[in-house]
Amino acid sequence: MADSPIEQFEIHQIVPLIKIAGHQISFTNSAAYMLIAVALTAALMLGATAGRRLVPTRMQSVAELSYEFIANMIRSAAGEHGLKFFPLVFSLFMFILFANVVGLIPYTFSVTSQLVITATLALLVFFTVILHGIWQHGLHFFKLFAPSGVPIVILPMIVIIEILSFVARPISHSVRLFANILAGHITLKLVAGFVTAMIGGLGVLGWFAGTLPLAFTVALYALELLVAFLQAYVFAILTCIYLNDSLHPSH
Amino acid sequence: MDHDAAKFIGAGLACIGMGATAIGVANVFGQFLTGALRNPSAAGGERNTLFLGFALAEAFGIFSLLIALLLLFVIK
Repeated sequence: MADSPIEQFEIHQIVPLIKIAGHQISFTNSAAYMLIAVALTAALMLGATAGRRLVPTRMQSVAELSYEFIANMIRSAAGEHGLKFFPLVFSLFMFILFANVVGLIPYTFSVTSQLVITATLALLVFFTVILHGIWQHGLHFFKLFAPSGVPIVILPMIVIIEILSFVARPISHSVRLFANILAGHITLKLVAGFVTAMIGGLGVLGWFAGTLPLAFTVALYALELLVAFLQAYVFAILTCIYLNDSLHPSH
Repeated sequence: MDHDAAKFIGAGLACIGMGATAIGVANVFGQFLTGALRNPSAAGGERNTLFLGFALAEAFGIFSLLIALLLLFVIK
């Protein structure tokens, strides 16, 4: 019983591809669900706006609303210059949103519950911030770590603390999304397991007693849906805030 | 101490962090409500900051839950 909530996160190989340095590279169920998330995003954005009507249909309105939502988020967090990062932020938001929501369907694999995937996305943002900052501002980018108005006496300590908190960003960025989705799915599996455990343990009485964990599972599903949206939104808005640091580095 | 017993005690201790996080998250919403009841017309504009603050505060509770799950299911 203690093992079963974790088994849903196992990676299964679907099509073995090549072997690199002793590691088998294959098309796994994780890769399949990532492709599904991308395909759904493309279907929504391309398919809904194919008609290009001036007065939008419902689906086109959904696509336009999501565009405006992200564009407003970038404008408020990073200013008008931040809109050059719109494709990155929009892709991150839609991919994480669809990956989270598709992972909630029973018997699917939740892509964002793998640390390697969220760490890849967070490191993508981290290196984009550093490389764009250095490319645009040169070494003046490192003024980010020395805020103005700090007394010279404590400046070395402040610089060290700022660097540490900067390096801690991709860690918290990735682990927040990963742990939220992982914990949600484990809890769902556990509470749903209580339903069958009640039926198995109490017999006929368990059929009636089992409605309580079932109701709790339904409530938990609603919470997990909220968490799916919220975590995608938080990932995107933190990306915008970090990108603002690379666009306007002086405090 | 028995290896498995130490694992379970560690997992239980990690859950204390979630209690502290509950206080933090409730603080975020409480302060938002205080401000919103004083200035209701400005409350809608700050809703995005509310959700951001909630997710950032909840993140630390999820980190401690992650430690507990690591101890229970990953450490052999």
